Amino acid sequence: MRFVIDGMTIEAQAGDTILTACRRAGYYIPHLCFHGDLPAQGNCRLCLVESKGRLLPSCLTKVTDGMEVASATEQLHTLRLRLTQMLFVEGNHICPSCEASGNCMLQALGYRLGLLDNHYPQFFPRRPLDASHPQMILDFNRCIQCQLCVRASDQLDQKHAFVVAGRGGEAHITASSSNGQLGSTSFAATDHAAGICPVGVFLGKGVGYVTPIGERRYDRADIAQAGDRNA
Amino acid sequence: MTAAQGKAADGKTIQTVVRTAMRRCGTGRDALLAVLIHVQRHMGHLPDEAIAAVATAMRLTHGEVAGVVSFYAFFHQEPFGLYDCRLADNIIERHAGNAAVQERLGTLLKGGLGTLSTTSCIGLSDQAPGALIDGAPIPSLKDDRLEQVVHLMEKEIPVARWPGSLSRVKPNVRRADRILQQQAWQGEALRQAMTQGAAAFLEELELSGLRGMGGAGFPTARKWHSVREAAVTERVVVCNADEGEPGTFKDRVLLQRHAAALFEGMTICGWCVGARHGFVYLRGEYRYLLPILQRKLAARRRAGLLGQGILGVQGFDFDIQIRLGAGAYVCGEESALLESLEGKRGVPRPRPPYPVEAGFQALPTVVNNVETLSAACLVAVHGGAWYAAVGTAASRGTKLFSVSGDCSRPGVYELPMGTPLQELLQLAGAHRTQAVQMGGASGALVAPHDFGEPIAFEALPPGGSVMIFDQSRSISGIVHNFACFFAHESCGFCTPCRVGTRLQRDLVHKFTLGHGDAADLSELKELGLLMGRASHCGLGQSAGRAVGDALQYFPEHFPIASPDAFVQLETALEQARALRQAGGHTP
Amino acid sequence: MPKARLATVSLAGCFGCHMSLLDLDEALFELAELVEVDRSPLTDIRTMNDCDIGFIEGGCANEDNVHVARLFRKKCRLVCAVGACAVTGGIPALRNNIPLAELLATSYLQDVVDPGIPNDPELPMLLDKVYPIHEVIRVDHTLPGCPPSAQAIALFVKQLLAHEPVSLPYKELHYD
Ligand SMILES: Cc1cc2nc3c(=O)[nH]c(=O)nc-3n(C[C@H](O)[C@H](O)[C@H](O)COP(=O)(O)O)c2cc1C
Ligand code: SF4
Ligand code: SF4
Ligand code: SF4
Repeated sequence: MRFVIDGMTIEAQAGDTILTACRRAGYYIPHLCFHGDLPAQGNCRLCLVESKGRLLPSCLTKVTDGMEVASATEQLHTLRLRLTQMLFVEGNHICPSCEASGNCMLQALGYRLGLLDNHYPQFFPRRPLDASHPQMILDFNRCIQCQLCVRASDQLDQKHAFVVAGRGGEAHITASSSNGQLGSTSFAATDHAAGICPVGVFLGKGVGYVTPIGERRYDRADIAQAGDRNA
Repeated sequence: MTAAQGKAADGKTIQTVVRTAMRRCGTGRDALLAVLIHVQRHMGHLPDEAIAAVATAMRLTHGEVAGVVSFYAFFHQEPFGLYDCRLADNIIERHAGNAAVQERLGTLLKGGLGTLSTTSCIGLSDQAPGALIDGAPIPSLKDDRLEQVVHLMEKEIPVARWPGSLSRVKPNVRRADRILQQQAWQGEALRQAMTQGAAAFLEELELSGLRGMGGAGFPTARKWHSVREAAVTERVVVCNADEGEPGTFKDRVLLQRHAAALFEGMTICGWCVGARHGFVYLRGEYRYLLPILQRKLAARRRAGLLGQGILGVQGFDFDIQIRLGAGAYVCGEESALLESLEGKRGVPRPRPPYPVEAGFQALPTVVNNVETLSAACLVAVHGGAWYAAVGTAASRGTKLFSVSGDCSRPGVYELPMGTPLQELLQLAGAHRTQAVQMGGASGALVAPHDFGEPIAFEALPPGGSVMIFDQSRSISGIVHNFACFFAHESCGFCTPCRVGTRLQRDLVHKFTLGHGDAADLSELKELGLLMGRASHCGLGQSAGRAVGDALQYFPEHFPIASPDAFVQLETALEQARALRQAGGHTP
Repeated sequence: MPKARLATVSLAGCFGCHMSLLDLDEALFELAELVEVDRSPLTDIRTMNDCDIGFIEGGCANEDNVHVARLFRKKCRLVCAVGACAVTGGIPALRNNIPLAELLATSYLQDVVDPGIPNDPELPMLLDKVYPIHEVIRVDHTLPGCPPSAQAIALFVKQLLAHEPVSLPYKELHYD
């Protein structure tokens, strides 16, 4: 099966979504809530592509033979820029003090899109820090609600250590224990969930800022080449 | 219904309450919402211990239960005192003066007597201002009636013992046509459909041109056909009685007065598509209708119209369960509704698969609005051609409209599809009309130059709600109310809606204060388009529509301030000034 | 060609962005050919003429910052937010979700010798939070980075003067 994206013909296998086929072919489509080991969910909306005048989440849309898709358009660029800015203003992203800086997919996406400002007013929400676990701290100030940790803990670790609580602007990720603390779950730093966060929420205790500035993943190359931090 | 810590009012332990709830509502994962509703009803609220008890009993993680509890507005984790008062706060209620109620009851309830909260719409906009007090609808809360309520609360009399006149909800049917003139079917319509045979009946349904009355207008026959053709043995029929669109109440009237037509319509659908299970997803706000609906279902079972071997036909088994929502507008979206029916957070599913392919518990499912299912009886009795004889080419039959706002005769009007809006405004006694919001907060804001347009799927959206605003109303205030509604009701799943609805709310707010500048104006337009194109479900996709219409048709209501005005220095300095005035603030 | 006038100021910042500008070393001479520096901590000029470009480092944390930002908006044809703090609020904005009273009490009253919150009327009053510059005035251009490198600043200025769209090479675009 074949389809065309931005004028390029890409080979797809039966059941492929546009995003999986493109990833296999090495063609980058921005994404944050997608991970190859988990079913796609389509909530970050960064992977939207255009087909027949409609925007479709490429992580959920199955390839059909001969379909024509556009991803690298001016319009989609602006849209992705705005969505990225929305994610920045929604949380508290103070990159200069963040351990994940240089190694963060949100930031890397900003670089790739040429994001120079946050455009919108910032929300400056008050969000908790969870330091209850012996091996890890969770700094939810940087959470972008991709729900990857929730899904990884449910489906890869079978631990159900995280859940989404609240609704709308109050929606947030929390540990699934009765006191809402990670230390009271069976989560371990070796879990899939621990390494899947695209941004800087999960911080190992006792280590930090190991790689010098200039040598971190996205210092060296653009996310399209350097790949996902959580791959 | 106050609860001492850990105990229900009647002294039962939480564990006993949970066990009873599970016996009543079921033990499966899909019963979670129902169990929580039951437990809250008996405990008064859902303290952490109750969540823990439910989690243990249902073998779920604490977080999973807490995640569901925190999604729905009608669950509370704190005790609310003697009265749980939810004041309706949509724009019609505001225009009807709900601020006075808020002030009066707010002062009264402060100090532990009860809790006053607001909720968008409780389906009483034709008799605003209204409130739900301990679940009981109290319409027309003003003057004597308000004082009466205050008096009863001061004496701490439980709502159950309040005079019935206070919670009497008027049907306010102003114009009845075919749908509202239906008799209380006792199998006649079903029999008629059955004599035709399912395939022939579907052809009639197709011929009738009946389209979904829940907003989207999808051809009903096509939906039923898909489910019928699915290569499975189990199928499901769901009635969407969530009626969450602000300003809508026509489904409430159908449920109050024409439940027989709905149940018969659902049974026809069950028979036609081959489903054995039917659900009515009833919004939590309409909980007070539950007892009469349950009684009617029981009567139909006794009459052999539900249950096994319906109408004596061997193998025709179909029954209907009613499941309550718990205060989430997004649960009217069909796939979120299905999640909620399964006892989960009401987050819309990715589509495809569509409910007709994989709906309730992955079974092919018909989801139809109350009015759609009721109208199906008409097709069964009179045939498709008869049904289609009224209306426009693309919109057949009649339609119910919930009319509220600045008019002398608010209520429900049944009119042929294609009726010009102007005609409806005249019938309703609307004067000096400045704008009409068609189809609820997610619909279109219509300006006078379009009042002559017909109401139909191909013209002015025929969603149930028609909110009328006269010349005295502030357009930016109206759309600000809608913008707040969407920010509050977004499920939070996808970026454009979760963040965009809050940005939109704050930007519109600036204009209501007269602080918006030219850049804010273009930002609002861009934001509306972005949410419209990029959101995962219909909520986000339509969240910018009314605002966009307001900007386009009423630009004079959005005056441009000088760019300098946009940080409100005085407001930003309030805290510091207070500290400074407190003097020195040395210890 | 007459030189462009450039004004700079550091509001709720750490002067790091100004240091970075000085890091241009000998390239400063090249820059001096292009611009005349007006009001700036570098010149210590306190009055302000009409300028072509205004650089603001840091966000707005107090009343005075807002007045200065507004003054820059009035006097400068192009106002630029330079550095992470001006663009996003940055490190000073870490206080933003803490009420002012609580914040000041923690800083000046708890566990300190001679506790007391400074309250001299000469001190500008604090805003409820630290605002990025674009939330106070309309900004024409932004240059992120904590701080932006000297090379990034130089390139930025050249692009502004040449009326080119601002565009930084991958290595020069960073938020930290
Ligand atoms: C946010 C949102 C809320 C909705 N609320 C309702 C509702 O309260 N009642 C309803 O019947 N349809 C509602 N719908 C439409 C349903 O998704 C669905 O289209 C409808 O139930 C199908 O029934 P119908 O074909 O009979 O109209 C809503 C849609 C969206 C996107
Ligand atoms: S998570 Fe990423 S974007 Fe957020 S502060 Fe850290 S580095 Fe910056
Ligand atoms: S903590 Fe990380 S992985 Fe989990 S939802 Fe937030 S951003 Fe995603
Ligand atoms: S559009 Fe809004 S309501 Fe719909 S899925 Fe996205 S966040 Fe949820």
